[in-house]
Amino acid sequence: MTCPNCDHSGKTLAPECYAELDAYIDALHIAPNNPRRKETLIQTLHKAQGIFGYLPEEVQRHIAQRYSIPHADVSGVISFYNYFTTTPKGGVQISVCLGTACYVNGAEKVLQEFERTLNIKAGEVSEDGSFSLECLRCVGACGLAPVVTVNDRVYGKVQPGKVKDILEQYLVEASITKEADHAKD
Amino acid sequence: MPKIRSYAQLLDAYEQFRPLLSIRLNGQDVPTSERAILVCGGTGCHASESQQIVANFKQMVEDRGLGDTIHVSMSGCFGFCEKGPIVKIYPDDVFYVEVTPDDVDEIFESHIMDDRPVERLMYQDPAHKQRVAAQHDIPFYKPQQRIALRHSGLINPEDIREYIAVEGYQGLGKVLAEMTPEMVIDEMKRSGLRGRGGAGFSTGQKWSFARGYESDEKFVICNADEGDPGAFMDRSIMEGDSHTVIEGMAIAGYAIGAHQGYVYIRAEYPLAVERLKIALEQARELGLIGKNIMGSGFDFDIDIRLGAGAFVCGEETALIHSLQGERGEPSTKPPFPAQSGLWGKPTIVNNVESLANVPVIFTRGAEWYSAIGTEKSKGTKVFALAGQVNNVGLVEVPMGTTLREIIYEIGGGIKDGGEYKAVQTGGPSGGCIPVQFLDTPIDYESLTAIGSMMGSGGMIVVSDQTCMVNFAKYYLEFTVDESCGRCLPCRVGTKRLHEILTDITEGRGTEKDLEELRELSETICDTALCGLGQSAPNPVLSTMKYFWDEYVAHVKEHRCPAGQCQKLLQYSVVDEKCIGCTACARVCPVGAITGAVKQVHTIDQSVCIKCGACMTKCKFKAIINN
Repeated sequence: MTCPNCDHSGKTLAPECYAELDAYIDALHIAPNNPRRKETLIQTLHKAQGIFGYLPEEVQRHIAQRYSIPHADVSGVISFYNYFTTTPKGGVQISVCLGTACYVNGAEKVLQEFERTLNIKAGEVSEDGSFSLECLRCVGACGLAPVVTVNDRVYGKVQPGKVKDILEQYLVEASITKEADHAKD
Repeated sequence: MPKIRSYAQLLDAYEQFRPLLSIRLNGQDVPTSERAILVCGGTGCHASESQQIVANFKQMVEDRGLGDTIHVSMSGCFGFCEKGPIVKIYPDDVFYVEVTPDDVDEIFESHIMDDRPVERLMYQDPAHKQRVAAQHDIPFYKPQQRIALRHSGLINPEDIREYIAVEGYQGLGKVLAEMTPEMVIDEMKRSGLRGRGGAGFSTGQKWSFARGYESDEKFVICNADEGDPGAFMDRSIMEGDSHTVIEGMAIAGYAIGAHQGYVYIRAEYPLAVERLKIALEQARELGLIGKNIMGSGFDFDIDIRLGAGAFVCGEETALIHSLQGERGEPSTKPPFPAQSGLWGKPTIVNNVESLANVPVIFTRGAEWYSAIGTEKSKGTKVFALAGQVNNVGLVEVPMGTTLREIIYEIGGGIKDGGEYKAVQTGGPSGGCIPVQFLDTPIDYESLTAIGSMMGSGGMIVVSDQTCMVNFAKYYLEFTVDESCGRCLPCRVGTKRLHEILTDITEGRGTEKDLEELRELSETICDTALCGLGQSAPNPVLSTMKYFWDEYVAHVKEHRCPAGQCQKLLQYSVVDEKCIGCTACARVCPVGAITGAVKQVHTIDQSVCIKCGACMTKCKFKAIINN
């Protein structure tokens, strides 16, 4: 989930988020002249994505500077690995497993149903930023195929008919949070 | 707990902790009031609320003050994922399937308190409709021989005492106390263990190469980047028996002269990462890894490194680049990692399942191990049986078992009474095996001979409802996604293969396309840089070899025999079944369906985009496709 402390529209990221990241990097004791200093880069990117929800250029530059490496090295690594993203994801992250076991048990139809219901394609975020839809390859719960994960929850044996039920549950939660936010304003 | 400072102290600890498992191991000798309740904590069962089941049991025990006699714990994966969550009661050896948190009350009241096992939660044999109480009587388990999975479902992976109680770390203890590195390597060679990650290279040989290179530093890497979709044995081993992987790595470290190990694990496996972390901490605390292990003077420590979602990182050179914080692109071999690997130092990369076999080779001996299996492939292999088969789960059988035994005896045959069409082994690098090879005893050689490969052991069964052209396309889609882009044959070639296959499945294919498909596939096999690229066309080649008729039907008749390729389908309304409820017309995104209320509807084929929404929506089975 994207970090609630940061303003993503104006891309001003919260100082406390940076502080958390810096504390993590400090503990790694990176020596600028150590030729092996990049060995923890991927862990740090995981940490940063955990904090901010994604890896915007500003964060990339910050990490590059902390590691004393060119920004291109950081950006090159991020673009290589599927796990890292440079754009914010939706509040509710839906991932449909397209591993082989899920695939032969009809995962494609489930994905299509999500696409149709949310009116977005896999890899996209809904206009209001509340949902994002992705495909992933095998969570290793093949006994439950087809599998869908929503945020960290795993739903097993999902049929196209169950898609609406799953979404509704999160829509209700989302509207409750929204109302609460409005009340605060 | 105090540190274990010698092999003798480890053996003492073994005697001390042995009683922890007495209920589970030699059930009949314990007081009848004592029981152990084990609940599966693997990813599959975890997703089905198995943690809540553990919590409910613990609550019941606490409420009644039975903590001294009833022991509740979570275990590693039992492997029978189809029927999860699984609960096993010792010493009665009763095996409950598909348990929900609500069933806990009944199991506790009836079975634990009143000694009346709950029959309705036992496994039901579909053939005879009889309930089976004991795990070893269930057809899924009967033919299995568990070595790599020997502790999964027996011990609590988060408690090192239980691992020590099943002779854990004794392989390492024995090696450090009694053997030279050369003897270790010799024992490994004699065991005949071959890499379980896919290529099947002799593990002992690999170690001996790395031993042979002089260097101030060497590394042991555990390849836990289990990327083949549909394979989950490594995850299961790490979740259910993390210590065995650690012990295997330490033995490898001693053999080659390394003092540092890394586990490179997929970020998609959070539970396995967590369990490994716990296990490492416990092992360090007891001095079973770290400095001067068991007083031998040998130092070895292990760190965990997360992957970040790149299939190619399962290839060893790519994995090493990733460990160095770089893009995970492969490089040409030689030099092999055994000579120049991580940071240019001699490195061995072993798969999780291979390492899980190592400790037991030293506690039971190479002769024992090499007596199992076939002439050239020793030991057992874990297969992740999945797809359109009744019993999805992890299956460990001796090498040389036939596909028929695995799919029909253990797997319980094809789901929903379907007909067997093929089994796909080896993941995106493997091939599809048709019905005529069901009786082939499987090992590394025999699978390669019939155009597939062992791979990491994914075994996806497909029934007659699967279109093999579309299935090949699915794998190519995967390879296109995962190709790292470093070499042209893989980067561009797989993309072209995918385009041709898309044309064929959408009715635009020609006979010339089939020729091109074959030629391009062979070229990629010959010219790609790494194993991923060289094997990427295998799904195409093997389906073309065994399911040629299907390709021809798509190209010549624009027909998909399995009825799966949507663009080749025609949806139509069965007049007798349509009641005119209008549900289909309302769900159709392009307005292709017309008809008045309570009148038979019709589909305008020129408008229909073949999305199938109407068919899914119709409750009366009035819409069919052909």
